[in-house]
Amino acid sequence: MKYVLLFGGTMESVEKLEGEAREEAMAAYAASGKWFEEYTKTGKVIGGEELQGPSTATTVSRNHGKITVTDGPFIEAKEVIGGFALIDVEDLDEALEMAKAWPGGPVEVRPIVEHRREG
Amino acid sequence: MTAALVRVLGDFDLAEEVVQDSLVVALEKWPEQGIPDKPGAWLMTTARRRAIDILRRDRRYRDKLALLERSPVAPDPTEADDRLRLIFTCCHPALAQEAQVALTLRAVVGFTTPEIAAAFLVSEATVAQRIVRAKRKIVDAGIPYRVPDGSELAGRLDGVLSVLYLMFNEGYLSRGDTVAMRRDLAEDALWLTRLVDTLLPDQPEVLGLLALMRLHLARSAARFDAAGEMILLPEQDRSLWDRESISEAVALLDRAGAMRRTGPYQIQAAIAALHDEAASWEKTDWHQIVMLYDALQRLADSPVVRLNRAVALSQFVGPEIALGEVNDLAIELSGYHLFHSTRAELLDRVGEPALAREARLRALELCQNPAERSLLERKLSR
Repeated sequence: MKYVLLFGGTMESVEKLEGEAREEAMAAYAASGKWFEEYTKTGKVIGGEELQGPSTATTVSRNHGKITVTDGPFIEAKEVIGGFALIDVEDLDEALEMAKAWPGGPVEVRPIVEHRREG
Repeated sequence: MTAALVRVLGDFDLAEEVVQDSLVVALEKWPEQGIPDKPGAWLMTTARRRAIDILRRDRRYRDKLALLERSPVAPDPTEADDRLRLIFTCCHPALAQEAQVALTLRAVVGFTTPEIAAAFLVSEATVAQRIVRAKRKIVDAGIPYRVPDGSELAGRLDGVLSVLYLMFNEGYLSRGDTVAMRRDLAEDALWLTRLVDTLLPDQPEVLGLLALMRLHLARSAARFDAAGEMILLPEQDRSLWDRESISEAVALLDRAGAMRRTGPYQIQAAIAALHDEAASWEKTDWHQIVMLYDALQRLADSPVVRLNRAVALSQFVGPEIALGEVNDLAIELSGYHLFHSTRAELLDRVGEPALAREARLRALELCQNPAERSLLERKLSR
């Protein structure tokens, strides 16, 4: 089954931290590269990217056919999505195991919709 | 049986539907034709036949149909494995805990939706929705149908045990309620814990929970008077306690202790055992109980644990110090009725009847359970 792991936290938020908290976050950031490398080797990670911070986001929204372009992300949330990985694993337990091994902040695990084609 | 069919069919809804269908058929036929020699096998055969009927109509399940026709009626060992898998699936941490409880009661214990609703004082629609959502998530999110292995097992078993303990508490605390149709949730939780112990033997915390449940149930006969009013531990007639059950539970606890892997359920059972073995409330080994609460606090600290510790502490260092400790929990436990009723008891003991009354009124406002409410009302009218 395929899942997307959505990683909370960005470099932008790391830079806001100070002292020990900042160093910890930097170390976690460095370790996340290793996470990607290892799971890509085993074929479980089949895609993924790190995103720039929410200050770089632009939202295009549609309201009654009228399109507006605004500054900022479209969801107001405490956590921002800092990146994602597309993974292909056996089941949710395996996806959760990978999320637990993620060295950074919180991880949202979402199964993807598989569109089956006939024939 | 649902478990065995889920394994073959890989479809929770279908398996449950056919099992319920065959139970309905059984309820219609057995009174007329008599109960068959092997009712379990009869039901399984009927359920399989029913599943084949449904699957024939659904071409998407062609492969599964072939599998079902080939598979023999589940022999016992497989059935046992299936049950355990089903329990772990129902108690998967990716499901909300209330959904875990509802699903386990429905799929493993065989409760109906109205029975679950009655047990947890929520509407049938709420229960039905919880179950539907949980089943959908199992399928859509790919929650596996298997017993977790090795390093995962201990953590996942904790999740299963907390579902069982929640079920037990809900049943145990609501005993004496006059709702006649309510099934005995506490007995069912005990049965389920025994089942987990049979399927996954020699797990110290499973034994600990089993002992804890039995030590509580051993006091059942003394917990309510003839009028159905609740009697608290200090006033209970201890000659009514089930001594045989207590010594069996203590033996279970000793077996768990010998494995040298302590845990919160074993500690709570040890506390319950000290109560059950004491000649009276006053002669209870309070010092030992406080030490056990200290150990529990180290493993699983919570304001409720600290509240219980304070009650034990009041018995040998006096109510003043205990009251101070209880007051420290005021912010965390302000919405918990037992915080206020415990405070009321301590305030009575330090000679503050007006403050005690105030605390008791607050407890009454927060308390849902009829037996506990009646007890508070009696104390208020004294």
